[in-house]
Amino acid sequence: MFKILDTYELGPRMHYVLMDAPLIARKAQAGQFVIVRVSEKGERIPLTIADYDRAQGTVTLVFQEAGKTTCALGAMKKGDSLHDLLGPQGNPTETEKFGHAVVIGGGIGVAPVYPLARALKEKGNKVTSIIGYRSKEHIFWEDKMRAVSDQLIIATNDGSYGRKGFVTDMLKGLMDSNEKVDIVFAIGPAVMMKAVCDMTKPAGIKTIVSLNSLMVCGMGMCGACRVSVGEKTKFTCMDGPDFDGHQVDFALLMKRLETYKSEECSCQGGVHGGR
Amino acid sequence: MAVDKKAVPMREQPVHERIRNFNEVPLGYSEEEALREASRCMQCSKKPCVDGCPVHIDIPAFIKALREKDFQKGIDILHANDSLPCITGRVCPQEEQCQAVCVMKKMGDPISIGRLERFLADRDMQNRVQGKAPRPPAVAKKNKKVAVVGSGPAGVTCAAELAKKGYAVTVFEGYHKLGGVLVYGIPEFRLPKAIVETEIRLLEELGVTFVTNALIGRAMTIEELMKDGYAAVFVGAGAGLPNFMGIPGENLNGVYSANEFLTRVNLMKAYLFPDYDTPVKRGKNVAVVGGGNVAMDSARTALRLGADRVFLIYRRSEKEMPARAEEIERAREEGIDFRLLTNPVRYIGGSDGFVKQVECVKMELGAPDASGRRSPVPVPGSEFTIDIDEAIVAIGNTPNPIIPRTTPGLKIKKRGEIEADDDGRTSIPGVFAGGDIVTGAATVITAMGAGRKSAQAIDNYLTAQK
Repeated sequence: MFKILDTYELGPRMHYVLMDAPLIARKAQAGQFVIVRVSEKGERIPLTIADYDRAQGTVTLVFQEAGKTTCALGAMKKGDSLHDLLGPQGNPTETEKFGHAVVIGGGIGVAPVYPLARALKEKGNKVTSIIGYRSKEHIFWEDKMRAVSDQLIIATNDGSYGRKGFVTDMLKGLMDSNEKVDIVFAIGPAVMMKAVCDMTKPAGIKTIVSLNSLMVCGMGMCGACRVSVGEKTKFTCMDGPDFDGHQVDFALLMKRLETYKSEECSCQGGVHGGR
Repeated sequence: MAVDKKAVPMREQPVHERIRNFNEVPLGYSEEEALREASRCMQCSKKPCVDGCPVHIDIPAFIKALREKDFQKGIDILHANDSLPCITGRVCPQEEQCQAVCVMKKMGDPISIGRLERFLADRDMQNRVQGKAPRPPAVAKKNKKVAVVGSGPAGVTCAAELAKKGYAVTVFEGYHKLGGVLVYGIPEFRLPKAIVETEIRLLEELGVTFVTNALIGRAMTIEELMKDGYAAVFVGAGAGLPNFMGIPGENLNGVYSANEFLTRVNLMKAYLFPDYDTPVKRGKNVAVVGGGNVAMDSARTALRLGADRVFLIYRRSEKEMPARAEEIERAREEGIDFRLLTNPVRYIGGSDGFVKQVECVKMELGAPDASGRRSPVPVPGSEFTIDIDEAIVAIGNTPNPIIPRTTPGLKIKKRGEIEADDDGRTSIPGVFAGGDIVTGAATVITAMGAGRKSAQAIDNYLTAQK
């Protein structure tokens, strides 16, 4: 069993969970994920590692209630235990000194962007972070992000905090300002990552995305997480989750994410297996 | 006395009942039936069956003991070469192994060796569960730790043998549940999961430690295990990523790999959704592509999930099918629609992203290929479509890539298998490997044989180290 050391709400239906997981913390790196199963009859879902503390032996998970498992996880309390926790899975994000790196996080995707921005900063990059939320009440980790960014741009869809607009509007502003951008990392809903790639591709800016495909095993066996990248079938858990965004077939990804839409669960609007 | 040419049939669930449930199909021999079948054995001096068995069980000896109602002696003979006879009695392809060479075949049916094995093993398991079986003799503990990677047939067998030799064995399993392919791959109706659970529990009583949610290669590498004090490591990591044909439409919704489909149903118990959380599509018209046991398992599972029609699409003829004759027979009885000498060309989807049709082409058999099977070639202009709402691709898999990718110095073959000799020795001293990770997809008994051989080799290696 894997104990929850702390948990609280970050925003509407958004949760922070601190897990006691020394073995995972020892190895975790930015870009990797864990597979979570809340109960004996539970499904396996992937959640991106939002932070880790090797000395304390903890990993941080941040997620939005989107399906049965994330709802159940959201209802858990400090001291409760997860039935199963596997990780760290997937390949770490490759970070080096690129120059000017722009990291973009949308909604809950801000969480995995944090350790990435930190890693990029540690490698000596100039880090511009663009983080977007629906509205002011959804904002989390502003301070943490500021601490690892040379420049932080916050956007809300409704303009209730920071600048009004989508992360792509902010990216456009940055690109229009003629500031040289060497690489873009985007983590968030598939539709957001697609929009970012549509913008950076004509400009020839390398863009890495972290794909959130459905998974079952998460360890290179079942093939549930397959995606099409450069017209080749790839497996998110083994080949990813990071891919060259300009090669990803986002339309296919979005369709596949809807596979179990008709098997709706008791949780409002939820689908199974989502990240 | 004339020997009965016909084997004693095994009772099984009637077809109309079993296609609506996941319970085991063959029901096992009663004592009377087992004795009657055992009495057919000629106890011939040539014993071809022993060589036909991949782990060389002394088959005539266990049958003789059974005949004399010395059931304990019978099970001891089985256990001398086979740690999990409850499982092999069910899933071994006996008709291609021990039973294929039985001298009785010249006169009639071969001896039903697998059924007799199952009878003894089931009886023994019941006794062990009830505490009636004699305790295994206590062995002197050796002060050496061995790590086993993977809890499938290879790993579990290796762990059992090493524990019997007194080693402190820890088995690391990536999944949340133990048993590997025995729990995620082989369906309940062919191998009840309670049997696997019991075998594992008995191994725990033998002193083996099991750790789940521990994927070696990610959380810990083999190098780290050895630094951690494990004197040797056995890698039985098994199957990896599923193969696809690379035809258009394979990533449409409703197209599964057999691995995913069976994992959802068997390991995650999607057939009990929504009581269990994991869903699976329950197609009404399902195409299964492939001709092996996994294809048969997938087809029969789809039927039990409520399909009206299940098409089994295979590019060669029935003769070339790698599946067990018994499984092909059962699938046919259950109404699986065999579309032989047929190959998918593409899947056609609707605007909702789900598969709607599979386009196929007729095949004919040409010259034999490298495997000796006649290779199928498409018949030009013979394309046709079948309306489906689900497809399951069961055309094999590659070895699991995690250990090969994360173990520097470990020699890997071209297709991703770990290079190992007959005793499982890899290119790294102290690291042994066996099962599908070495051979590519094979049978449970082959993997168990490899696990057993490696256990002996590990014992030799560690003894020589002193």
